[in-house]
Amino acid sequence: MTSIGLPHYLTVAAILFTIGVFGIFVNRRNIIVILMAIELILLAVNINLVAFSSFLHNVTGQIFAMFVLTVAAAEAAVGLAILVTFFRNRGDIEVDQANMMKG
Amino acid sequence: MDVAAIAFYALSTISIVSALMVVTARNPVHSVLFLILSFFTAAGLFVLLGAEFLAMLLVVVYVGAVAVLFLFVVMMLDVDFGSLREGFVRYLPVGGVVAAFLLGEMVLVATAVAQRGAKPGPAYASNITNTETIGRVLYTDYIYFFQAAGLVLLVAMIGAIVLTLRHKPGVKRQDIAAQTARTEAAGLRIMQPKTGEGISE
Repeated sequence: MTSIGLPHYLTVAAILFTIGVFGIFVNRRNIIVILMAIELILLAVNINLVAFSSFLHNVTGQIFAMFVLTVAAAEAAVGLAILVTFFRNRGDIEVDQANMMKG
Repeated sequence: MDVAAIAFYALSTISIVSALMVVTARNPVHSVLFLILSFFTAAGLFVLLGAEFLAMLLVVVYVGAVAVLFLFVVMMLDVDFGSLREGFVRYLPVGGVVAAFLLGEMVLVATAVAQRGAKPGPAYASNITNTETIGRVLYTDYIYFFQAAGLVLLVAMIGAIVLTLRHKPGVKRQDIAAQTARTEAAGLRIMQPKTGEGISE
């Protein structure tokens, strides 16, 4: 077994990203799990950025991973707030039938 | 195999398995707990990559804030999660096919890029820590991005508060202005009820 290189980390990130996309597909009705799958996708992106940053000796990737982290936290907060409001108005969180705003 | 390789394989295996459990777990509370485990192991991978600061950030921000937020929402909402899983088996084949294609493509691209396209730059000076390196770049070249990130967080905070704030009618609250503005004439009435009679309101 050779030493751990950049392809190993990129493969792990690719697998995590794919699991996130897969989770969005199979949990189409459960928006909480969809939000968690989006967090997984952003984590995979972060692993990619940090892996390239580490192997190319360039710290910019880590800076951008930090910004991705910031945006992910903001997205989770606003998404969950929308979810709580949605639940209050409808009494469930079935996003399949979420067409209240349709004209 | 050296220790770093063993650590890498252990951490990435746990991370991937727990990520799979996040999207397949029956109970969303378990999903959140597996998400926390996945983030923890990803933080371990960051440490292996030499990005200690981001590893700490991941633990503090995700495990400390985002995951707890998820946990609160999952436990607060009284939802029948069993009925939300009805489409799971139906969407499994198409999701699996899309995921397999996506994974194949991304692994091919990643390995090709890593083997041919990536050229390492000069190594860092070894006497500077990872955190100091980030700080030196973040507060100089990326200061406007840093400020913009702060603005994003502020807007998200205000947005979340505005979305979830609710004024209930009929809730008794202390109104300090009204309390201090009360005078003797407004708050006190002296009556002289006769013996054996009450006060008719």
